[in-house]
Amino acid sequence: MSSPNEIRAVEPESPQVAEARKRVRRRRSIALAIALALFAVTFYTLTIVKMGPALFDRAM
Amino acid sequence: MALIDDSRNLSGMTGEAGVGDYLALLKPSVMQLVVFVGLVGVVVAPGTINPFIAIIAVACIAIGAGGSAALNMWYDSDIDAIMSRTQNRPIPSGRMSREEALVFGMVLSGFSVALLGLATNWVAGGLLAFTIFFYVVIYTMWLKRRTPQNIVIGGAAGAFPPMVGWAAVTGTVSFESVVLFLIIFLWTPPHFWALALYKQSDYGAAGVPMMPNVVGDNSTKLQIFVYTLILAASAMLPTFFGFAGAIYTTVALITGFCFSFLAWRLLKTREDVAMRRAARTLFNYSLSYLFIVFFAFMTDNLLTRFGTFS
Repeated sequence: MSSPNEIRAVEPESPQVAEARKRVRRRRSIALAIALALFAVTFYTLTIVKMGPALFDRAM
Repeated sequence: MALIDDSRNLSGMTGEAGVGDYLALLKPSVMQLVVFVGLVGVVVAPGTINPFIAIIAVACIAIGAGGSAALNMWYDSDIDAIMSRTQNRPIPSGRMSREEALVFGMVLSGFSVALLGLATNWVAGGLLAFTIFFYVVIYTMWLKRRTPQNIVIGGAAGAFPPMVGWAAVTGTVSFESVVLFLIIFLWTPPHFWALALYKQSDYGAAGVPMMPNVVGDNSTKLQIFVYTLILAASAMLPTFFGFAGAIYTTVALITGFCFSFLAWRLLKTREDVAMRRAARTLFNYSLSYLFIVFFAFMTDNLLTRFGTFS
């Protein structure tokens, strides 16, 4: 025997909720992508800055 | 702003955390002041720092503050669900699980400390790590639910950022940065007790022993007044020890006097509604006070350095 709550739990979600869920996840993915890109750019720039003028100071 | 609200509505429909919920977890309103005082620490510290590294240092202070705020919301989600002020936060509202907040907070905290250590020096990185530890473990987990002195001792966590900024430039902790720490440390009790005075039913319901709930309004108001006087006097230390000039001295005197006057007015107000209004005014003023005093200190320091005043 299942309770009414359990029956409701297996009902498929409405198209509106499915669409909203998709949009939330898409926005989260975009935010994560931006954060990762910033992370990469920060470390790249930091490396260059830390090397300083010595970056170009090498024997030809 | 629209993006955040919209995202929250969507996540409300789906029960999933949106981008806005993750941003809310960082307590952006608290972060503003932390970032500002951290920036002042970086700017006024003697020595030079590459501008890009200075930006990274301030960003790390912001990320560390955000990470510790997320960890605070993870631990306090049970009492956040009771207080009206915090009921709509991502965890109590059901949009985010506690585990998500914990992982998010840990990642941000670890990342901020590692990046600050690598970009500047490990004194600054270590101080930031200690700040996060102090806020999450000492204040949130240990003191907050046990003693009415919670925000007095816990206030140290909010007072460290200028010291972190200073250490990022100099690699050391010097007397001047300790004075900046002291000003914020002494500012915290009147600031939070003023809030607690007009939100005390919230704290009482959640079982958080804030000063008004434990010792009553009158004793709290007296303590606010005493702390405010000590704060106003301590704000003169930079002048007394010769590392602040006329601009800072004038601003610190005027703002300290106004702060003391508002605390005295609160002390003398007996009627409940008027007392809550006075407490609210003091709370709002205290936010401006810290911003104005630190801004004046930074301006004074920059003008002295660039030779306009000597």
